[in-house]
Amino acid sequence: MFEMLSYDFFLRALLVGMLVSLCASLLGVSLVLKRFSMIGDGLSHVGFGALAVAAAMNLAPLQISVPVVMIAAFLLIRVSSSGRINGDAAIAVCSSGALAIGAVVISQSGGSADISSYMFGSIMSITGEDLLLSVICSVVVIVLFILFYSKIFAVTFDESFSKATGVNTGLYNTVIGLLTALTVVVGMRIMGALLISSLIIFPALSSMRIFKSFKGVTICSAVLCEVCFLIGMELTCEADWPAGASVVIADLAVFVLFGIAGAVIKRVKK
Amino acid sequence: METLIECKSLSAGYEGVTVINDLSFTVNSGDFLSIAGENGSGKTTLMKTLLGLKEPQSGSIIFGGGLKASEIGYLPQQTALQKDFPATVKEVVLSGRLSKRGLRPFYGKEDKQKANECMELMDIIPLRSRSYRELSGGQQQRVLLARALCATEKLLLLDEPVSGLDPTATQDMYDTIHKLNSERGVTVIMITHDLNGALRYSKQILHMEAGQYFFGSTEEYRASDIFHTMSTCDCHCCCNHHLDQKGGGADV
Repeated sequence: MFEMLSYDFFLRALLVGMLVSLCASLLGVSLVLKRFSMIGDGLSHVGFGALAVAAAMNLAPLQISVPVVMIAAFLLIRVSSSGRINGDAAIAVCSSGALAIGAVVISQSGGSADISSYMFGSIMSITGEDLLLSVICSVVVIVLFILFYSKIFAVTFDESFSKATGVNTGLYNTVIGLLTALTVVVGMRIMGALLISSLIIFPALSSMRIFKSFKGVTICSAVLCEVCFLIGMELTCEADWPAGASVVIADLAVFVLFGIAGAVIKRVKK
Repeated sequence: METLIECKSLSAGYEGVTVINDLSFTVNSGDFLSIAGENGSGKTTLMKTLLGLKEPQSGSIIFGGGLKASEIGYLPQQTALQKDFPATVKEVVLSGRLSKRGLRPFYGKEDKQKANECMELMDIIPLRSRSYRELSGGQQQRVLLARALCATEKLLLLDEPVSGLDPTATQDMYDTIHKLNSERGVTVIMITHDLNGALRYSKQILHMEAGQYFFGSTEEYRASDIFHTMSTCDCHCCCNHHLDQKGGGADV
């Protein structure tokens, strides 16, 4: 991997990848605990639909998909907290609906190679403009996450208590949703629409096997996601595996390891 | 004695269905009010309306003594989600201070001190670094009670605080609530299925039953018709109670 560091495109890939992984893993802790694991998957398919429409109409891809996915995230969180439709059902409806719209638009507009890169990611072809946008989005997500950390904990652990004691839970849920939307849209460049939800789910799930505190889980997720991303990139460089898939496989391996370690710790304690 | 809550001919419900009809009662500072009644009698709806999570359909709830709706310390029923939640006792208790923080992002010294006091009061200092998910049901309730106390010491609203606890933990919980009420003067509103516990510990009872309400002191309640019809069909009620728990019937 080290000889690759002299290439600009590889540095861009590393920078964007590490930032987006960090965003996804931080938000992932709250999303997994709120039983919203699949929101990343749902939003990425909405992103795919938006990109397909943008490509067919010759509009700039990210500038269209960012607001569309944000609106979708906002609606998903609102619908599921109103209790009329379950969160998982709402995500499934959004996800399959947007995927279908995207597929029809692509077939009618004659298909496009660029779209397939959004499905599976194309981390090595990040342009300077993408880099700037990704860095800005990631920094916004990370700073807001730190500022809202104690609120995110309270809203995740016990929404009804927070609401009853006068905390504006609707606002913080919306913040979580919008930050997730930003992360997903930017992350689709690296992992593709199909794999982005793994960036959100795996680090949090692995950390929960071992750590007992919310802080511990959050910090461990942040470290794990970077380690897994770098392992994935190494596999891409050395063994020529597809980038997004290698990162997921690294995440999966770590999850299995942590699962075993967690079970062993439990046994020993008893 | 200050009136903290005055509920005047309140009607409440959800989506056009009226569950509570023309209910009036008052809660004074230092009271221990138990709200009893079968599932579907409107206990949970009343609680949500008191907490300001639901708008009343008609009538009014007036807060006195400088109390705001957001100053009710609330002990909710545990959710399935919390069973495997990675959080230490300290983190959970501290989160009770959140509404006092406003927009400031981090907890300060004062918050941590208050959290320590509440943990001491609930006797959970030795558990402070333990994970919430590893605790027993009774211990978890104590942690949530400490969190509620962190939010306010004026008024606690407890939603079925002993449901799912074994007899020892139940006794322990009642003793703790009783102590808070009698020694620290915390006003308590407790929603409960356990009529025996309510009769033993509370000073006032609000009984809700299919549109009929009884509100008065515990002694008045013992002498009332509604209590006598309840105790003659005690066995029947117990059976129902067990069915409710097994079926996991949702409260309205």
